[in-house]
Amino acid sequence: MAIPRDPTSAVPPGQIIGPGQTLGSVTDKIASVVLAERVPRGWWVGLTLSLALLLVFVTSLGVLFAYGTGAWGVNVPVGWGFAIINFVWWIGIGHAGTLISAILLLFRQQWRTSINRFAEAMTLFAVACAGLYPVLHLGRPWLAYWLFPYPNTMAMWPNFRSPLIWDVFAVTTYATVSLLFWFVGLIPDLATLRDRSKTLAGRKIYGILAMGWRGSAAHWHRYETAYLLLAALSTPLVVSVHTIVSFDFAVSVIPGWHATIFPPYFVAGAIFSGFAMVATIAIPLRWAYGLENFITLKHLDNMARVMLATGLIVAYGYMMEAFFAFYSANLFERSMMMLRFEGPYSNAYWALLLCNVLIPQLLWFKRVRTTTVALFCIAIVVNIGMWLERYVIVVTSLSNDFLPSSWEIYSPTFWDISLYVGSFGLFGTLLFLFIRFLPMISIFEMRTLVVETEPRSEAEDGEARA
Amino acid sequence: MPVIDENDLAEARIDLDTIRRRIQGTSGPTYWRSLDQLAESPEFEKWLHAEFPRQAAALPENTSGIARREFLKLLGASLAFAGAAACTRQPTEKIVPAVKAPEDTPGRPLSFATAMTAGGYGTGLVVESHEGRPTKIEGNPEHPASRGATDVFAQASILTLYDPDRSQMIRRVNEVASWDGFTAEFSTILEAQQRAGGEGLRVLLGAVTSPTTRSMLEQLRARFPRARVDFWNPSNRDHAHAGALLAYGEAIDAVVHPGAADVILSFDADFLGGGPDHLRHIREWTKRRRPTGSDFEGTRLYVAESTYTTTGSVADERLPIRAADVARMAAAVAHRLGLATPPPDLAERESRWADAVAEDLTRHRGQSAVLMGENQPPEVHALGWAVNEFLGNVGRTIETIQPVAASTGSQWQSITNLGSDMRAGRVDTLLLLETNPVYDAPADLTFGEALKHVPNAIHLGLYDDETGRLSRWHVPAAHYLEAWGDIRSANGTVTLQQPLIAPLYQGKSSIEILALAAGKARPSGYDLVREHWTGVWGGADFERRWERALHDGVVPDTRAPERRAALRPEAATAIDSRTSPAALGLEATYRMHPTVGDGTFSNNGWLQECPTPLTKLTWDNVVLVAPSTAERLALANGDVVAVEGGPRVVEGPVWILPGQPAGSLGLQLGYGRTRAGHVGDGRGFDVYPLRTTDAPWFRGGMSVRKTGRTMSLACTQHHGTLEGRHVVRSGSLDTYREDPGFAQHMGHEPGPDDTLYPNYEYEGHAWGMAIDLNACVGCNACLVACQSENNIPVVGPEQVAMGREMHWLRLDRYWTGDLEEPEAHYQPMLCQHCERAPCEVVCPVNATVHDSEGLNLMVYNRCVGTRYCSNNCPYKVRRFNFYLYADWETESLKLQRNPDVTVRSRGVMEKCTYCIQRINQGRNAARKDGRPLEDGEVVTACQQVCPADAIVFGDVNDPESRVTKAKADPRNYAVLADLNTRPRTTYLASVKNPNPDLHEGEDDSSGGDG
Repeated sequence: MAIPRDPTSAVPPGQIIGPGQTLGSVTDKIASVVLAERVPRGWWVGLTLSLALLLVFVTSLGVLFAYGTGAWGVNVPVGWGFAIINFVWWIGIGHAGTLISAILLLFRQQWRTSINRFAEAMTLFAVACAGLYPVLHLGRPWLAYWLFPYPNTMAMWPNFRSPLIWDVFAVTTYATVSLLFWFVGLIPDLATLRDRSKTLAGRKIYGILAMGWRGSAAHWHRYETAYLLLAALSTPLVVSVHTIVSFDFAVSVIPGWHATIFPPYFVAGAIFSGFAMVATIAIPLRWAYGLENFITLKHLDNMARVMLATGLIVAYGYMMEAFFAFYSANLFERSMMMLRFEGPYSNAYWALLLCNVLIPQLLWFKRVRTTTVALFCIAIVVNIGMWLERYVIVVTSLSNDFLPSSWEIYSPTFWDISLYVGSFGLFGTLLFLFIRFLPMISIFEMRTLVVETEPRSEAEDGEARA
Repeated sequence: MPVIDENDLAEARIDLDTIRRRIQGTSGPTYWRSLDQLAESPEFEKWLHAEFPRQAAALPENTSGIARREFLKLLGASLAFAGAAACTRQPTEKIVPAVKAPEDTPGRPLSFATAMTAGGYGTGLVVESHEGRPTKIEGNPEHPASRGATDVFAQASILTLYDPDRSQMIRRVNEVASWDGFTAEFSTILEAQQRAGGEGLRVLLGAVTSPTTRSMLEQLRARFPRARVDFWNPSNRDHAHAGALLAYGEAIDAVVHPGAADVILSFDADFLGGGPDHLRHIREWTKRRRPTGSDFEGTRLYVAESTYTTTGSVADERLPIRAADVARMAAAVAHRLGLATPPPDLAERESRWADAVAEDLTRHRGQSAVLMGENQPPEVHALGWAVNEFLGNVGRTIETIQPVAASTGSQWQSITNLGSDMRAGRVDTLLLLETNPVYDAPADLTFGEALKHVPNAIHLGLYDDETGRLSRWHVPAAHYLEAWGDIRSANGTVTLQQPLIAPLYQGKSSIEILALAAGKARPSGYDLVREHWTGVWGGADFERRWERALHDGVVPDTRAPERRAALRPEAATAIDSRTSPAALGLEATYRMHPTVGDGTFSNNGWLQECPTPLTKLTWDNVVLVAPSTAERLALANGDVVAVEGGPRVVEGPVWILPGQPAGSLGLQLGYGRTRAGHVGDGRGFDVYPLRTTDAPWFRGGMSVRKTGRTMSLACTQHHGTLEGRHVVRSGSLDTYREDPGFAQHMGHEPGPDDTLYPNYEYEGHAWGMAIDLNACVGCNACLVACQSENNIPVVGPEQVAMGREMHWLRLDRYWTGDLEEPEAHYQPMLCQHCERAPCEVVCPVNATVHDSEGLNLMVYNRCVGTRYCSNNCPYKVRRFNFYLYADWETESLKLQRNPDVTVRSRGVMEKCTYCIQRINQGRNAARKDGRPLEDGEVVTACQQVCPADAIVFGDVNDPESRVTKAKADPRNYAVLADLNTRPRTTYLASVKNPNPDLHEGEDDSSGGDG
């Protein structure tokens, strides 16, 4: 690594920024990642790996377009498989970014500052991955635009009663607002890069993107207003997007889908998995780039707490699903639940309970929350668990519905798996390009932290010495 | 309309006759040549000038049909030789449109009556033809063996017609040859034979009932007095014929009237599932079984059988026993009835069963029928006659008629004689006419080996099959829709077979080859059949009778005459009922496969993909074993086992079938073809190598060895139990008598106003369907008819195994009761056309919507393929084109397609439309005539083909319609009604009539989930 690493122990517990940071050091540190002429080897390795996976993704797309949806394992009755599972999973992951950026901003949670930029980027890339799946899973993807209400010679509207149309609005709104929010947040930093860039291309490109930012008081005033407005606009999206995604299932008649608890349970699940993904990315990133002073144990601790809380809501959701399956005395619901317990997919069901309910209970322990390796492992487990949750919801419910005659087992094909694995390539490629070309931590916001925290930390240091 | 008035046509005929005479008597390439010449002829020009501008106006109104069709035929032909690549043409001879004869408008189909042969016996058909290409097959309501219905084979035979794998050229050894080359060599061979009186000439045919074929054979015998004609059909009726001979001393055919019997006892007789008359059996039996109210008497069907058959699946009492035990069981019943049959030893359960059956039969003397399966030896058949005579059934429920087949001698003997003659070098010339003995002859004859000793083997077949490959000459046969002929049904009624299309590949019919052999130069099937019937009818009235027969599809007064004879006393005692069951070991039974038959239909994708009624397997045959046998031998589904009977071994996958007798291996013939074509080659395993002349239908002392291999089988239904869901509802007759509405209390049905939204008012028609589960025998005819009508593609075994079969209509089969002796329930499941359809709400692009007549429509053009509709369909009746399943390439298959139904593309959802094209046709016809659409005018494809008349479709807004009345039946219920989907398709619960004596101490109600 080109950048010297600060020892983690240097950050006192409970701090959201390491000691001894000055306005200049913050800017230097963060901007240097982007402006450095030499790129760390690790970045190249990561990008190469991501591009390889991206190639897998593109190949899978080629097969899909050439032969049709039949390349996947979907059938009748299981009309939705990996594509929709992955869609829900990716879009759930995105939620953490929005939550961190918008809601925590409005609640003035300053610890969010060091993680919000890349969490937002992660949101954007996750939504990009997610957004592809609903198009790809169509039998005739080239007609996907028919889902939009646009004036046409057929004089046809889409069917506004269909949750898939709600999805279209929810996801496109989400993608647009997330992009705007992220970009607006970037403007002051883009100006910094413009000013510090040593190459003409850098100055030009960052200059165009900085949109003439000069840092005047009027700029800052308007910027703050716009940013707050966007945050307010994003806030309902944290709740609405996954609520609407859950409607895809809840509005149907299928046992295992048709449940009123789905909206809150899906939102909690989304935040749960989103924070897990932020942790999954943040922990290696702070280690690789030596950002322990910016993404501190306090951050990790806070994220773990959110995971614990949302994990408990999700667990409550599982409990209520099972409870109502029996309490409702509905034969189909009960039989569906029994099949989850002991049917052909019971392994997936018990594995998801293990991943999402049992293992996250370790987060009650502060030592676990502040041990990066442990937290990283739990985050990975939660990511797997949340994928399994969607798998169980989508597949088991469809596989064994009302008429036993139509029950059929679903098993994914190679191309199902390759398209999923390949989507990490897309995500990774975007993420590595982002790390390379844009400041992964908000410089100007970190600087405000320096201003606010420095005197206090000095005082505390003094106390400690005394 | 179809009867032609000669006078009316007088003027037109002058020209038409000249033209027709020029075309007649030519075929194949000559046909085209003659049309070329014709186009330049002054007659044609004159005729064209007279006809073309005014079309029908030049002809009298009431005869215009024929003349205009003639015109169109020529017009079509002239367009074809003008350069348009038309692939089809109607036959050159005059064919007569049938039963329904609409005006001859381009784009409107015509229907023609003809008949199909199965096992030598005919089923009358009405075939729909679009611009000279037959597209859909229906039963002929006038025909006694059809009554308007067909079986799966007739439905699928249209696909065989267009099968691109059909033999397309004459072959001599390994070279392509010409017809002229063939006739030249053939006549040389025959002349040599003639000098020897036909000493070395043999003819092998399947079972023959055709009068013209018979007269051809007589002419052949006249030319070659020492030649011999042999018959071989792997599913022959030898045992029935021999049994009658044993019982009466003469050959007699039975015509059973299941509708006239209160009690039927079947010993391995699958009289509802197969045989030349099963469609009539189903119709009569189910009609009699239809519950009419709380005073309904009901009938009872006892079946003791060696594998689970269609008949067994609808029995009131079914006893699975090995085939070898049937004789003992039959003897036991006969003894208990009071016949002189010696009593056998029986196990307790069997004894109880025999007691109950005998008692029931005694109570219904003269109103009962005892039927024996073809697989049972002649003595058992003779005993059957004795029992029926004893009970006074003969002449009441069982008619006896003169045999219909040309020969009632033993076919097993016939083919054995042929085989030994061939091996001894006594056969110089062998005509193999539409048979495939190399594949299906008894294994001990090693027919293929013997065929090498025949220098001049001439094979006529639809396919250049196993037998064709080993023959010196192969000549493509004409499909029955391409050839003239005649055929008798099981009761003797004759149908004149008229072709709907000129032979696609210059195929010849058996009668043409026989006529050629008999010495006729350039024989044409048309002339041969006319010649025969001229002889029968005399000259005066011939044309009128000919046209009438072609039009009706039956020749009047051709039923076989009744034949009564005195029963010989040994009929009751000839049976050997002492076979010790223990000595048998494992028993293997051989049955024709329910969907590919004896192998004739191996290359038919529709039949390959048609799930068998009870196993729901497609594309493969299996070794059926009972659950207990599987447990004992540690077998699981898909385990490949070697079934050994002495030195003979076959290997195939195991399938556990509840209800298969313990210790029995159910083997299905018809698979393991090597030269069937692309579809059938290499599928399944060949069972014929086990089937020998000494054990034609079953053999004891078999052993099973696991090979360690497993095979994945394409099954369309994995889950056979109801899981406590009242999806199929059934009750005993007692339950029904107490409360005819019992089925309606088995689930919660929301009332019409239990909804948040106002109900939609259907002002015009409101289409609906009622399916009587009490009538359905699970024969699959509806499934294949739907496939044929709606251009439903075949997807192949891999796709079926993945759960992607495309059938719009499927037959669900559920098991209830005991694992070893379960009861089977069928349920045809198709789009229910819910008034509150869950699929419609969720489609994002409005590709599935409701219409003003209550149809749930699928708009293929609009569909983007989210599959959300299918997910949200509680009945899972929607089908998705995961790949481009429809064959858009093969030219010949395009001809089969129904032009009124879209051929779907990749990525599009599809499902049952209630045959909306037929609704539209009916509506348009009514509108054109300015009259209301009448009930019964619109018939769905599944309804039309159903031999049980289980499906009723119509307007539920019409209080007088059949469907409204069916829905008013107290047995009527809707599946999953509690979801408030309000399906337009409802079901009538089935009512079975078990014998209470056999169920003492058991729970009386057998309703629902069991």
